[in-house]
Amino acid sequence: MTELSDLSPLRAGAAALADNLLTDELHEVTVNVNGAAHTRTVPARRLLSDFLRHDLRLTGTHVGCEHGVCGACTVLVDGAPARACLMFAVQAQSHEVTTVEGLGSSADSMNHVQQAFAECHGLQCGFCTPGFITTITSFLEENPDPTEEEAREVVSGNLCRCTGYQNIVKSVLRAAELKREAGEPA
Amino acid sequence: MTTRQFGQPVQRREDPRLLTGGGRYLDDLGHTAYEAAFVRSPHAHARIVDIDTDDAIDVDGVIAIYTHEDLPGIIGEPLPLLIPHPALTQARTGYALAKDEVNHVGEAVVMVVATNRYVAEDAVERIRVSYERLPAVVGIEAARDGSQTVHDEYDDNVSAHLLQEVGDVEAALAAAPHTLTLDLEIERSACQPLEGKGVLAQWNSDDESLRIYSSTQTSTGVRAAVAAKLGLPLAKVECIAPDVGGGFGVKIMHPWPEEVLVPWAARNLDHDVKWTEDRREHFISSSHERGQLQQVTVGFDDEGRLLALDVKFWHDNGAYTPYGIIVPIITATQLLGPYKPGTYRVEFWSLFTNTVLVTPYRGAGRPQGCFAMERTMDAIARYLEIDRAEVRARNFILPEEMPYDHGLMFQDGRPLKYDSGDFPASLAKLKELVGWDDFADYRAAAEAEGRKVGLGIGCYVEGTGVGPYEGGHIHVETDGRVNVATGLTTQGQGHQTALAQIVADELGVPFENVHVTTGDTRRMAYAVGTFASRAAVMSGNAVALAARVVKAKALRIAADALEVSPDDLEIENGVISVKGAPGNSIDIGTVAVMSNPLRYAFDEAAKKATQFAGTFDPDKPPVGDDEEPGLEGQDFYSPTQATFANGMHAAIVETDPQTAEITILRYCVIHDCGNMINPLIVEGQIHGGVAQGVGGALYERMVYDDSGQLLNASFMDFLMPYASEVPHVEADHLETPSPLNPLGIKGAGEAGTIPVSAVIASAIEDAEGFPITAMPISPSELWTLRRAHA
Ligand code: FES
Ligand code: FES
Repeated sequence: MTELSDLSPLRAGAAALADNLLTDELHEVTVNVNGAAHTRTVPARRLLSDFLRHDLRLTGTHVGCEHGVCGACTVLVDGAPARACLMFAVQAQSHEVTTVEGLGSSADSMNHVQQAFAECHGLQCGFCTPGFITTITSFLEENPDPTEEEAREVVSGNLCRCTGYQNIVKSVLRAAELKREAGEPA
Repeated sequence: MTTRQFGQPVQRREDPRLLTGGGRYLDDLGHTAYEAAFVRSPHAHARIVDIDTDDAIDVDGVIAIYTHEDLPGIIGEPLPLLIPHPALTQARTGYALAKDEVNHVGEAVVMVVATNRYVAEDAVERIRVSYERLPAVVGIEAARDGSQTVHDEYDDNVSAHLLQEVGDVEAALAAAPHTLTLDLEIERSACQPLEGKGVLAQWNSDDESLRIYSSTQTSTGVRAAVAAKLGLPLAKVECIAPDVGGGFGVKIMHPWPEEVLVPWAARNLDHDVKWTEDRREHFISSSHERGQLQQVTVGFDDEGRLLALDVKFWHDNGAYTPYGIIVPIITATQLLGPYKPGTYRVEFWSLFTNTVLVTPYRGAGRPQGCFAMERTMDAIARYLEIDRAEVRARNFILPEEMPYDHGLMFQDGRPLKYDSGDFPASLAKLKELVGWDDFADYRAAAEAEGRKVGLGIGCYVEGTGVGPYEGGHIHVETDGRVNVATGLTTQGQGHQTALAQIVADELGVPFENVHVTTGDTRRMAYAVGTFASRAAVMSGNAVALAARVVKAKALRIAADALEVSPDDLEIENGVISVKGAPGNSIDIGTVAVMSNPLRYAFDEAAKKATQFAGTFDPDKPPVGDDEEPGLEGQDFYSPTQATFANGMHAAIVETDPQTAEITILRYCVIHDCGNMINPLIVEGQIHGGVAQGVGGALYERMVYDDSGQLLNASFMDFLMPYASEVPHVEADHLETPSPLNPLGIKGAGEAGTIPVSAVIASAIEDAEGFPITAMPISPSELWTLRRAHA
């Protein structure tokens, strides 16, 4: 066994631990997340998904593949869906990032898409769900009244292993309805 | 009267939390933990010659590096054989870290612990393992041939050989007017939950206790296995399944090497340690399923009635057999579906290959069995030129023949005895739903447009809710909050909702007050796990029984207080009142106060239970002789046998005359899982199951090359269906209650998946006019078949 306690003398304290993380070139980065500016010093290679999840502890953004296929990590960057596992934190410098927490962070503050998923049983394990919520929220801004076919198409870039998508498609249509009912500007 | 919750499409309790980023999955925990990464074998079969970790030691942030040599005592011994069986004569399990030899690509060889995963992976890159490569056994044919073996100590690759026979098949075949033989094949797929596996271990050196969080389908199983491996008293180990991002079977297998190593490292290093599986690791080191070669010989009469069914199949069990031979046993027994076989002989060989191990994946051997049986039904219909639904109907077990004993032993070691079901009624519903009798017109209309369409059908029976048992514990707090705990785990099935519905009804309390915890050994230490569509049946009935215990106690206490007999009381909406005199009542929270005589008042409610409050009869002891303090109780549900759900699916597919592209135009499901607790959740299970079935029928396969490399180990190359590939499911239900349990329910979790490959094969065969014998099928394979049959 190779015990290397001499190489890593720092055991206690998050700050001390953070110092020890740095094996890569460091950058100070300021990202606007859910309306608030967050500044952290991160290695150049730190993924945006890890930055959000572990540095900011916004764990609603999930990681299902880390190679850009499943869409579980989808966040909105300046309002448009982007895969947080395919971006470095430093690339988000000065951009506006919205995570699922930013769309509604409690039962009382759920947005129309979150509400629709709850009504239509649009989720089972919930792991893929935040990626769908962000994607659909952005889509409905542009297309407030989608057809069923369009609803199916917009969710066809995200993987869900639980639901078979049927209730997700239903949720898209219901979310559009809720949004229209609320009279929000299209 | 409060509305009964059971049977209502109640919205899920867990959803607001999961929808707003409030879920806590494994990697959402332990932000300050050290993280582990593994050096995994790049070879399918090799001897380990040397492991050089020198360069890795220099990586800043590395805490420890472990190889098999570092594993003390039983941690270094083989992982447990979870389900032994007398027929499993050549079992083999792996080691937590490979010892001397690797037997599949992806096997863990070295563990690195570092301050974070980035650093751990840097170190993994710098570790050099030298191997002496050995010939790899890949695929069932190579395994069966046996000229190369996976394990040196055995002369062939057969881990188990099992034969079961009911009646004299040889004689019945010889006497049968007609016989047919089919050779069939099903390829490998895998569960692929969106969240991979993961473990977080927290060692408390002050009291020498261990807390494990694992993305598992069995927290009690992991707890017991880790305690045994680490030599810890069970009382010092707790295991919690946090929110789990899907399971589908792969997470019932335990302990995974990482589930042993991470807790061990946490104790060694006296620091929290976490491992989160990445997708490539999941592909190459978490189990697969499905791969089988089958040969069916069937004897039947002029009407298409079965006289003899003789099945042989060869099952790929991968490199190790920790989960025993559960999957092939299920294939062998559940193959029979809703039919009477006349006489039946089934024989299988479970075979080692140098590939990832094989353990249950949603359906667990049933999709293969269903494929064999349903292909056979279609072959008989075709041979005799009888309608395919009609051939099936002629072979059905009829409702008046229930319970029906097949004379075989099921996967739980108990008789394969169907408890209930109405197959003719299910078939009638299905034919109606899909428009079976009008399909000729549908086809003619399509043909007139130059399109090719086909109609397919598949029927199955699923043994659900196998034992040994599950428990329910219920505790009512003084404010009326009802805490329910059951030990099995949740991966998206909505147990917090469904079990709360049951308890709300049984106890007579508002649904909103009922809070369900699953998969936490601190709250319920006795449990088995979530698999085999058993959660609703087992824990549903267990919490119902527990609620009855608590209700009886509440009525006893209230009867004393109200000076009436318990028989004169009823509970509704959390209020216990005298029947016919609703004013004479007491709420259940107050009963909870009275149930626990106190010396100290910690709040207003508690005051009433203190010794000078004057609320107690001074002539009686504060806690009666046969009573315990607190309004709580528990009970266990342990059935004598499984309960059998069933279903029938039909699909219409279109095959492109030029490109051979296969499109599912309609997909219809008739499903009978007995009484439904929550139809919304049941339908969700069916939709998801069908989607996985469609993946297995048309897209998903594990592509190994001859050297045992998995060529498509990413979501980019392993084609899991998106919304664009999954058809809209039209579902209808039959509710034939199970006579075996108090709630009359049967399992629903795997139902959607089981018959899909059979149904799609049936439909493609109908469209094309030649036999489909291997699944999955791609457009290029269909195109090649067309050329062969041209
Ligand atoms: S985790 Fe980013 S796309 Fe899968
Ligand atoms: S709800 Fe589980 S992956 Fe989509």
